[in-house]
This record gives sequence, structure tokens and C-alpha cells, in this order.
Amino acid sequence: MAKQINVALVGNPNTGKTSVFNQLTGLKQKVGNYPGITVEKKEGISKISRVLKAHIIDLPGTYSLNASSLDESVVIELLLNKNDKDYPDVIVVISDAENLKRNLLLFTQIKDLGIPTILAINMADRMERKGISIDVKGMEERLGTKIALLSARKNTGFDNLKNLIENYKNLSTEPCLNASEIDPDYFEILKKTYPKEDLYKLWLVISQDANFGNLNRNRVQAESNLETKSKSEIKRLQHKETIKRYQFINDTLNKFLVKDLNQATGLRAKLDRLLIHKVWGYVIFAAILFLIFQAIYDWSEYPMDMIDTLFASLSEMANSNLPEGAFTSLIAEGIIPGIGGVVIFIPQIAFLFLFISILEESGYMSRVVFLMDRIMRRFGLSGKSVIPLISGTACAIPAVMAARNIESWKERLITILVVPFTTCSARLPVYLIIIALVIPDERLFGIFNYQGITLMLLYVIGFAAAIGSAWIADKFLKMQSSSYFVVEMPDYKMPMFKNVAYNVIEKTKAFVFGAGKIILAISVILWVLASYGPGDDFNNAEEIVKTEVVDSGETISLDEIETKIASYKLKHSYIGKMGHAIEPVVVPLGYDWKIGIAIISSFVAREVFVGTLATIYSVGSEEEETIKNRMAQEVNPILGGKLFTFASGISLLLFYAFAMQCMSTLAIVKRETGTWKWPLIQFFGMSAFAYIVALIAFQLLK
Amino acid sequence: MPTIADLKKGQKAKVLDISSDFIPLKLLEMGCLPGNDIQLVQNTPFRDPLYLNINDSYVAIRKETAIQIEVEIIS
Repeated sequence: MAKQINVALVGNPNTGKTSVFNQLTGLKQKVGNYPGITVEKKEGISKISRVLKAHIIDLPGTYSLNASSLDESVVIELLLNKNDKDYPDVIVVISDAENLKRNLLLFTQIKDLGIPTILAINMADRMERKGISIDVKGMEERLGTKIALLSARKNTGFDNLKNLIENYKNLSTEPCLNASEIDPDYFEILKKTYPKEDLYKLWLVISQDANFGNLNRNRVQAESNLETKSKSEIKRLQHKETIKRYQFINDTLNKFLVKDLNQATGLRAKLDRLLIHKVWGYVIFAAILFLIFQAIYDWSEYPMDMIDTLFASLSEMANSNLPEGAFTSLIAEGIIPGIGGVVIFIPQIAFLFLFISILEESGYMSRVVFLMDRIMRRFGLSGKSVIPLISGTACAIPAVMAARNIESWKERLITILVVPFTTCSARLPVYLIIIALVIPDERLFGIFNYQGITLMLLYVIGFAAAIGSAWIADKFLKMQSSSYFVVEMPDYKMPMFKNVAYNVIEKTKAFVFGAGKIILAISVILWVLASYGPGDDFNNAEEIVKTEVVDSGETISLDEIETKIASYKLKHSYIGKMGHAIEPVVVPLGYDWKIGIAIISSFVAREVFVGTLATIYSVGSEEEETIKNRMAQEVNPILGGKLFTFASGISLLLFYAFAMQCMSTLAIVKRETGTWKWPLIQFFGMSAFAYIVALIAFQLLK
Repeated sequence: MPTIADLKKGQKAKVLDISSDFIPLKLLEMGCLPGNDIQLVQNTPFRDPLYLNINDSYVAIRKETAIQIEVEIIS
């Protein structure tokens, strides 16, 4: 059996670390979470040679070992903990040729940890074009390491890298420079107090705790009785350390790297002149968003119709091929429509993730951050809030976590609070089906689809609600917090197909399986509640209806009697009883009790809405139809006429736009803010607002 | 004494002093250190945030941070 070693990939953001990871591991990778925290953990297996396999961890991107966020602290926690099962045998520091100076800061810190370290210089294929040449041999000696020139894009240099990994035992573990010179007296005391410990690791632990608090995990050791320095003293020392390291790096690069500035290409300047222009920048950003939403709507129509039809016929097949009974009806009326309710949204969600990852990969997202900072600041947010707000269109959960990049706590908190207003992919199912029912499928000026425009408007409304509530929160929240804002503006790059594809697959899978489990469970519960009922009304439904029909003296077909019986049964089932109990609350909004049930089950997760209606309706009907057709046939029990009209449709859309209907988001907000206070404010505030808006909308439009 | 906020488009300067407590460590790690070069890359909406080339890294910072960093304009 091949031997296996641990390899950690460490590097600055935007160095193509993930591309390198993808090239090394291919599809043999999995994405999970670090235990106890919600930082994404990517790991995979790479075959290094015939006798050696490497377990590769892609650590979160960081500019240094002085963590200022939870993601960054993961890197340090792992590298300081020898007992961790993932503790690396060898570290590969990924840098990129153009930003070597900055990348080397992290490298020199890593070198101080005494772990064998390889320096990989990515994007080496662009060096010539950028007029950069490196004396590899000289630099290797100076830094005490081995260098691998890579191009993840062109897939070159990986054999050499694997070769270096295989021979990791030959790598030097000596530091590049002596960090303790920044305060010899202090480090002398440290050394005397803890003679057994690695000095630089000690220093990291101390500065980390000052910056970041203890994460309650395995430390190098307890540092309770150590002579303590004040926060600002430690910060001074970190400044000194950074300066010292840069002196070393500048000196190294002056000797071993030549940069011909005349060669630098003007692509960045040309694109930036346009993309962050004070007028065109915003116009282009709006146009890109508009295109994305039109595309999501138009392109996914066909696959979605196919999936819808497929699940309808699956139900029918199950019904006609399996023996009649409770089990068959559970499958045909509970489980299949329930699963169909999730699967149908795969096309749209995949498209959404596709666009988001292209925007991120290309470097455009940083320009959006830049463009929006000044505007967002007026509302108590940061330019960096744009990323959570945009990725919130996929799902609020990663969006709340993405807010970690925001340096100021107040701006971060406000971002977390308002992100659930953005239109997440779980709202899409609800929006799409309601729009299809109540908005005409016609085109404005023959180009713009009305349905597409409505969808775009819903996104705008969600965004406006987020911004508006941020402004209010900014006025009410009294907290002092310094607002740091440092954004790297990376080079523009063609997005790499492999990275985008993996990202789309990974995220879509997570959505389908995450949401799928909940939806499946709820479908089954709903089916049970709809198929059984208390008392004689439910059990003797057939006789009661038949007697009624005979008494009334009307002549109606057998089919109609069947339908009458089914709806009588549903009305008197458990779910019917529950639905009627809440009916008075939802009728003013233009809904019937079935929608009421769907809304209540949506408080677990919004995407349950369609599945719930699908389950309730199929229990009540004999024929297998698509969900949409069935909804179109529903009659309003109180007002008469169609249930889904323009008024009730708009009211429902607005309710879903504003209500806080997602348990998982509430849980993640609790985790990120550390208290139940904020998620509770979100839950009651947003839901009450949603009810009032939907009420007003229906009463005005009906 | 001029600060980064006083730079005109394309102007280069040397960083002089970064002792203010309002300067985030991250900015230093990007290379904003005494003696290093800094350049205003292009004019931007509202002149805030500022788009800078610090020590070969392209970075955006807010004006309120920029006025804390004293520089000596060289070209």
C-alpha cells in the first residue's frame, strides 16, 4: 500500500491556490467544515508517485499569520497544533509571480514554524509577458527552500512540484530570518519561561490571543502566567516584525528578481478605466446584473419544464405499477412530488452559481466592492457587504459567513442582519411558479419578457429592503467601531473552466442535498397529515358526500363525485383542521388554507412551499398533472374565482420577499453573532413587516 | 505634510510614517511601510476609496485611512 503524507496549501488570496488544488486532486476532493466552526474545509488526495499519496488540504487564503478573521485563524490553529491529524508533513506556499513581494511575507512566517516548506510560484507562464525573470537557484539558497514554477492554467510544473513533495525530507526547516530581534529582551524572557517551546510559535500564540481571543482548541500550551504585554504593545511588535520581514524580502528580490517595467501590459489600466468609471462603472454593473437575471430565467425554462413533466409521469408510473395501498400513495403523492419540488430548481441554482463564480474568478467582484463602498457606507454598510449581498442571491448561509471579511464589527453586524432580505435561491421556486401563474408571458417592446422583469424587480425589492433596513439599523445601533477597509484589486483573469465547474457542482450539490433532506421529511409528514383525519367526518367521507349528492337531487358524473369526496376528505384531515384554524389570519392576504399550510411549513425553509402545495394537491386529486396546472385550477373558497389572481399572487410574492423563513439562516446568525438576540430580531421584525406589506398589497389590488 | 489622500492621478510618493494606531496591520502586510513606493493608480468616483499601487500590490483603501499616512511626493 502506498504511504500517505499530509500536505497543506497555504497562500494569499488571488494567487490561484484553489486552481493548484484542483489540478493536484482533480475530482478526488471533498468540501466540508472545520469541526465546530463554519469555515469551509477543502481536502483531497493526490497521487505523488507510485509509492506515495498526499492528503492535500487547501487552507483558507491569508496575507499573513496574524489572523484578523476566523477563516485566517484556521490556518494558524492547524499549523500550531502538532497533534492535529491534518498537521502537515510539508507545506506548499502558493505565490504568484507578479505579487511575489507580498506573498513572501507569509512565506517567511511559515518558514519560522520549522515545517518543511516548498515555495510554488504560480502563473509562471505570465512572467515573460510581464517582464519578470527570477534567479531560481539563487533565491532557493537565500530562502532555504525549493522553488516550483507552476502554471495551474497551462497545467505545467506539477511534475516538478510532486517531485519536491516526494523528497520533502530533504527540505531545510531553518527560518529565513530571526524574528526575535524585534524585541530581544522580551523573547529572552519567553525563552526562559518556556525552554521547551518553539519561540516563534509562542509569539504567534500570544499575538493571536491578543488579537482574536482563545478559540478553545488545542493550544501549543497554556500561557496563563506569562508576563503580559498590552494590546497596543503587541501591535507595535507586529508592525516591527512586518517591517523586518519586508527588509529581508526587498533585499532578496533586489538580488534575484529582475522586473522590466516597460513590459507591463496595460490590460488592467484599460479595463479599470471603464469598469470603475464614475458613470460607466455603475451602468456596466447594472447591465451585468440585468443580464444574469434574464439568463437565469430564460435559459432554465426548458430543463425545468422537462423535469416537471418527468416527475409528473414518475408519479403516474408509481401509481399504476405498484400495488394499491398506503405505501404506493406515500410514494406517488408524498415522496415523488416532494423530491420533484427540489430537483426542478437545479438548473436555476446552477446558473446562479455559475455567474457568481465567473464574477469572482475574473477579478470583477473586487471592482464591484470598490465601486459600491462609498454608496454602501451611507447605509452603514461596507463595499465588502456587496459580496454577501450578491452571494445572498444564492443562499443566505454562505452570505452571512462571507461577511467575515468585513473589518468593522458594526458594518459586519448590519450586513449579517440585512442579508436575509436578498432574494436567495430558495425563494426562486416560489417566485417562479407564482410569476408563471399571474404574470403574462409576453414581451415588452418584443424583447424583455414581463416575467423576467418581474423577477428582476423582486431582486431589486429584496436589495432595497436590505439597504433600507441597514440604514435604519445604522441609526439605532450605538457602537463604536473603527472602520478599516483594505481591498486587494487583483489582476483580471479569464475564469478557469475547471474552477468554475467544480464550484458550481459543489454548491449545487450542497443545496440539493441540504434542502432535499428537509423537503423530503416535510413531504412525508404532510402526506400523513393530509391522508388521515380525526373523527367520523374523515372516515365516513364517502357516505356523507354520496348522501349529500342524493339528497340534493342533482345528477353528476362519477368523476365529479370522486373529486368531491377527495376534497371533503382533505378538508377534514389533520392538515385540513390545522389549515382552517389559521385561515382567518391568511384570508386578508388573499390566500386559502392550503397556502396557509404551505407558508407555515415554509418557516423551516422557503423552498418547501412548492413541494408542500404539490403534496397537498396531489392527495386531493386523481390525475397526475404538473404542479403549475394544478395551482392554476384552484378556486378561492371565499371570494370565488381563481385563487391565484394578480392581487393574491403579488401579495404572496411580497410576503416571501420579506419574511424570515429559514431556520438554518437563523442558526448561522446566532453562531456568527454569538447571541440569540439578533436572529430573534430578524425573525420577528422581518416576518411582521412581510405580513403588513402583503396585507396592504392585496387590499389595494383586489 | 502631504498624505496619501493628497496624491494626484499617476503621482508617486514614498511612505514616511505609519505610526498611527488607525492603520490596520493588513495594510502594512500589503507593503505600506516607511520607504516603500506608493502611487495613485487612477481617479475614482468621489475620490474615495482610493485606488493605489503600494509596493507593487494593487490595493483600495478609504480616504479616512489615507489621511493618516504621511508621504513625500517624488513625481
